[in-house]
Amino acid sequence: MSKLKRRDFIKISLSLGAASAATGLLSACSSLNTQKSSSIGRVVIIGGGYAGTTAAKYIRMWSSGNIEVVVIEKSTQFVSCPLSNLVLGGSKTIHDLTFGYDLVKKNHGVNWVNDEVTAVDAAAKKVTMKRGEITFDRLIIAPGVDFNYASLPNLEAAQETIPHAWKAGWQTVNLRKQLEAMPDGGVFVMNVPKLPYRCPPGPYERACQVASYFAKHKPNSKIIVLDANPEIVSKKGLFTKVFNEMYAGMIDYRPNNVILAVDVTSKTVTTDFEKVSANVLNIIPPQRAGKPAQMASLLEADYPWCDVNFLTYESKLVPNIHVIGDSVASNLPKSAHMATSQARVCASAIVELMQGRTPDPTPVFANTCYSYVNDTQAIHVANVYRYDAGKKMMVAAEGGGVSQSPSELEGQYASAWAANIWSDVLT
Amino acid sequence: MKNFTILFLAFFFTASVSLPITGKATEAFVYSANHIRTLAASCAACHGSNGNAVAGNAVLAGINPAYFTKQMRAFKGGSLPATVMHHHARGLNADEIDQLAIYFSQQKAIASQTPKSQALNPSHE
Repeated sequence: MSKLKRRDFIKISLSLGAASAATGLLSACSSLNTQKSSSIGRVVIIGGGYAGTTAAKYIRMWSSGNIEVVVIEKSTQFVSCPLSNLVLGGSKTIHDLTFGYDLVKKNHGVNWVNDEVTAVDAAAKKVTMKRGEITFDRLIIAPGVDFNYASLPNLEAAQETIPHAWKAGWQTVNLRKQLEAMPDGGVFVMNVPKLPYRCPPGPYERACQVASYFAKHKPNSKIIVLDANPEIVSKKGLFTKVFNEMYAGMIDYRPNNVILAVDVTSKTVTTDFEKVSANVLNIIPPQRAGKPAQMASLLEADYPWCDVNFLTYESKLVPNIHVIGDSVASNLPKSAHMATSQARVCASAIVELMQGRTPDPTPVFANTCYSYVNDTQAIHVANVYRYDAGKKMMVAAEGGGVSQSPSELEGQYASAWAANIWSDVLT
Repeated sequence: MKNFTILFLAFFFTASVSLPITGKATEAFVYSANHIRTLAASCAACHGSNGNAVAGNAVLAGINPAYFTKQMRAFKGGSLPATVMHHHARGLNADEIDQLAIYFSQQKAIASQTPKSQALNPSHE
């Protein structure tokens, strides 16, 4: 990109966060050029979720500000998926989980573009957006998941009636309102897609949260969980116990139930075995790597996720493009903590690579995932993951595990987990 | 403290990763600064950026390294009851625990910020 073109681009669409509003785009432009001239290169990050925002902050921190970082994010707000099931249970509102990006932008000098990516040109090292374009030395794609409606084509246009609520936002609020409007004695039907999908314990936590709400306000209501998997895929013993004891007679869990069709008008689901009708229906569609990863041709032909080198998170298909978070093809759970752990390994590796050094050959990181079983009690799964040079992947270390039982103490820890991860990612 | 000082110097003056020393089980394997820094950063989900926790969780920034090591060994060995920390401590080796102790002890204790929640915009997805 020529200098003139870059300047034009900046005038069109580059917002430099808090500084730009006060100083105007002209000085923002010159400040970016100053930053560029003193930097050892530019990293563009597509996606300002847990993974992308963490990578942005840590590249700035660990390069001592010597790498220019530009985040492209289509939303102006960060809405946390972790804890969003509590909106369905009624102990949180969506606004409790919504934040701005001002602090992380200002504290770390991250350049921010509020725009949507339309094309990625790996050869030209260029990202095109609706309102401009930008070149990069390295690109990180952190788009989260994309819903794949191929098997349930009529659902895509019916999300107002049958929300997925699997990306926190107004769909979460919509589903809560439907639950509030449902008469006592009604039936809530939800599904669990086949692995891999975002947040393995999330659907089971959701069933608990809805049950917690029903137990208090609509005790004659029922919940049917149609799981495409042969069994509960995360915290199985704990969720089984909670379903059978805390919510005995309310949660009807049905494994091996792949949804084949949905009738939107009657809210009836057809599976291999049966037809199930609902008062409130929540379908979590099958998932794949997010759209920007698809645009950059990073998905495997027979598997809709992105293979990466786990030392750097660089795509195995396209050089200089890294993928972090839910879009990565791996045995790792697609969780927020995992997304941030991957982001930091990627950030550290990029800082080394851009200075001609070798990244850490044996990365190790942690993952902790809490699920609330009611308003106050939570359970966890926690593991350390270590790079296995033979397998060329991250492998769970010995010693990880799950809670003994749900507890209020862990509910407090879960709340503190959220406060700390938000503080780390967003400030 | 002397051992920690030696370890600290070794830790910071090692340019890159050295290979594990075989046959000398008592000698510490010194990880690269990057390895420890990235591992330490993955604790941030509960213990804040650079160990500066919010919401009442243990602040690790500026911690006494001997205390950190003692606690982590106790979590690992099971003598210190925990809800979650034993699941992390058992996944780390003794050298990582010792070098995390040094790393966190060197972090400046500051008050971390917490982002303020706000009303979700009508235009959001």
